[in-house]
Amino acid sequence: MTLELTGASRRDLLKASVVSGGLVLSFSIAPKAEAAETAGSQALNAYVRIAPNGLVTIMAKNPEIGQGVKTSLPMMIAEELDVAWENVRIEQADNDPKLFSRQFAGGSLATPMNWDDLRRVGAVARAMLVNAAATAWNCPAGECKTADGHVIHVSTGRKTPYGVLAGQCAGVAAPDPKTVPLKNPKDYKIIGKPKPQYDTKKIVTGAPLFGIDVRLPGMLYATYEKAPVFGAKVASADVDAAKAVKGVKKVFVVDGGTDLSGLLPGVAVVADSWWQAKKGRTALKTKWADHPTAKQNSALFDETAKKLAAGPAQKTLRKDGDPDAAVAGEAKKVEAAYFYPFLAHAPLEPQNTTAWFKDGKLEIWAPSQNPEPGRQLVAKTLGMKPDDITVHMTRCGGGFGRRLSNDYMVEAAWIARETGAPVKLLWSREDDMHHDFYRPAGYHFFSGGVDAKGNVVAWKDHFVTFGQGDQTSSSANIGPTEFPSRFVANFQLDQSTMPLGVPTGPMRAPGSNGIAFAMQSYIDELAHAAGADPLAFRKQLLGDKPMVGEGAGAYNAGRMQGVLAAVEKMSNWKDRAKLPAGTGMGVAFHFSHAGYFAEVVQATVNKATGAVKVDKVWLAADVGRQIVNPLGAMNQVQGAAIEGLSHALYQKITIVDGAAKQSNFGDYPLLRMAAAPPVEVQFVTTDYPPTGLGEPALPPVLPALTNAIFAATGKRIRSLPIDPSQLKA
Amino acid sequence: MAYKLNVNGKVLEADVEPDTPLLWTLRDTLGITGPKFGCGVAQCGACTVHIDGKATRSCVFPVSAVGAAQVTTIEAMENHPIGKKVQAAWMELDVAQCGYCQPGQIMAATALLAKTPKPTDADIDQAMTNICRCATYTRIRAAIKKASGQAVKA
Repeated sequence: MTLELTGASRRDLLKASVVSGGLVLSFSIAPKAEAAETAGSQALNAYVRIAPNGLVTIMAKNPEIGQGVKTSLPMMIAEELDVAWENVRIEQADNDPKLFSRQFAGGSLATPMNWDDLRRVGAVARAMLVNAAATAWNCPAGECKTADGHVIHVSTGRKTPYGVLAGQCAGVAAPDPKTVPLKNPKDYKIIGKPKPQYDTKKIVTGAPLFGIDVRLPGMLYATYEKAPVFGAKVASADVDAAKAVKGVKKVFVVDGGTDLSGLLPGVAVVADSWWQAKKGRTALKTKWADHPTAKQNSALFDETAKKLAAGPAQKTLRKDGDPDAAVAGEAKKVEAAYFYPFLAHAPLEPQNTTAWFKDGKLEIWAPSQNPEPGRQLVAKTLGMKPDDITVHMTRCGGGFGRRLSNDYMVEAAWIARETGAPVKLLWSREDDMHHDFYRPAGYHFFSGGVDAKGNVVAWKDHFVTFGQGDQTSSSANIGPTEFPSRFVANFQLDQSTMPLGVPTGPMRAPGSNGIAFAMQSYIDELAHAAGADPLAFRKQLLGDKPMVGEGAGAYNAGRMQGVLAAVEKMSNWKDRAKLPAGTGMGVAFHFSHAGYFAEVVQATVNKATGAVKVDKVWLAADVGRQIVNPLGAMNQVQGAAIEGLSHALYQKITIVDGAAKQSNFGDYPLLRMAAAPPVEVQFVTTDYPPTGLGEPALPPVLPALTNAIFAATGKRIRSLPIDPSQLKA
Repeated sequence: MAYKLNVNGKVLEADVEPDTPLLWTLRDTLGITGPKFGCGVAQCGACTVHIDGKATRSCVFPVSAVGAAQVTTIEAMENHPIGKKVQAAWMELDVAQCGYCQPGQIMAATALLAKTPKPTDADIDQAMTNICRCATYTRIRAAIKKASGQAVKA
């Protein structure tokens, strides 16, 4: 029942020696702590060890949060190493940037950032094995090939398994990773083939995998109470009453600081079990000091946003042509204001970390998407050297961006040091809902117009967001190249900000998850104003120039046209007029995280109740030439689409007197089985490097749904979540 | 107070307060960590176990109410005639993303199939109220159909 504790000892044995082209390739003796079946393994580099029986252990470098990288990244190595997948064993790496460079889960970046490097890790190890065989056979390496974990001498058919050769690799030259030859993709045996998640058996049998499952000898359990108003200090707490609760071992106030991403003021209760700690916490009856954020409210934000929109913008992010003049002519003018709310990430595993401070060193087990900044935060806050802190990465019960922040990690570290015993800090769901880095709310005030031919002649968006002056709150920004920037000659994007004392942060497809709803809904309004088919209108807007812009802001309209055409066909868009009354189809597309996604939703609205039922989603995706693991990719994309529907239908965090009002899944509902539609997916392959897809599938589904509701009812949803009472006939 | 609990076919002793939820008795006292904590208010179902075969949310079920009932957790599903089929279907279709809710989903699905061997979509909608934050519902539905020997739509 105890999570296997590995890592620190092993890490010491893997010596980082050669850093080349972003790869760390080291040679070292075999680690001492081996599972029986891979006993006697030889390390070829930081990622690859091979046992005499041929079993290959591959390190999974990045945090696994459900996006499947513990399987897909090792697939890249195994492919080029040329081993049979069933002979691969995967081990989660510790946080160790010296060995594994950047280890994080974010930005849908695992595939694009590792696609080249990890294939080269496998190819270099393979070349070393070939060189070892060639030395043994006294022949040029060029006379050898590899297959299924063997080196083969082509002309004689002589064959030696990797398990034998691995022990002969000491002193063998490792080729330059930058120039090592890579396989022709047509020869792939692992990449592009459906592989179940490596941990699937452990998951379905309930094996301890997650941060919350970590158990250490003599471990105590902690809760940490913070102010509902972010950063407020402790005014009073009945520490003695908490200490009187059975099982409670230690209660103390933590002064904390003012950085909302760091250690905030609060009261820690440490006990023999979490339930006892929770009861102790209830006895605290903590009172909180006044804090200026308590004056902030969602209702006030709404009011302020309207006022800001009525005045001159604080900043113009982009202006092309003259939208005001363009719309003054013959064009049909359309004005609309859009709103999306704050959202909580609510990963299902509540925040937790287990920490053990011993002999001046700290060992941490944490479900973090971003462990190295966590280690740095802990070092800074506790006044320790980063080298005295080890962070083990556990599987994360969801991430969605929440675990890019390591606030819970630093709390656990502090509490463990104060306690002098191993401590597992676990938040309640309410803690999680009240102390998130929320997806920021946003307001878009549009005005623009279309001509009789269905051309968008003017587009103005006054984006009202949160921040101080030009500096927007985390993930509350918009870029000057956001579509339809550059596709409309008279285009203006303005921005105004209002101050916010509530922490915000990236959530799955940050920025895009709200922006797409506003943009693609307003495009729909323009299409209807022009009397055009909303899908054909979008094709016309995208135009026939394939590439628009360059560098980071480049937009490949050709690829977007490709997915739009695919989803048109998949959904049988042209026959949508045959749908029954009360049922409609909507379309939307969005480019984010280097992925091009177009989606169609069919929805039915109940006339009597206004209840929305999503009948089906069709989704076309272009993330380049290669899907690494089709089985995982499909799951990611279907899940992202359904999550987006959940945002649109249910989710909203309201700020009342500086605190999040919602507290659990009763008042912050998530979509459940009965509301989950089928999601039909097509991957459109184009000859571009493979990019990620954890995020970009999400944004288009929200406007596709609200556009479908318009098609079904003639009612335009301009504020999320959807309010069924406004859809009653 | 010391309780004798029948868990996964064994009698286990736990010295806990009567109001301690079964979930925390299993996880913290007995070291059975398959049942997960997600909400603490019986909303999400991550903590689902079987009490005398009935799917039960253990986060709000006090240990004092268990009595002589048989408690079964995900850890024992490999020995459960239906549970092992459900697990096999889950693995074959690679249902999980993060996997955190899946022990609870499997417990709920097993209880459903024990009562309704060939569930319709409507049966599944009604019985499977557990939250999957990663939204793997498409595959959960397909895996339940597969485990019950029904045709699975791709």
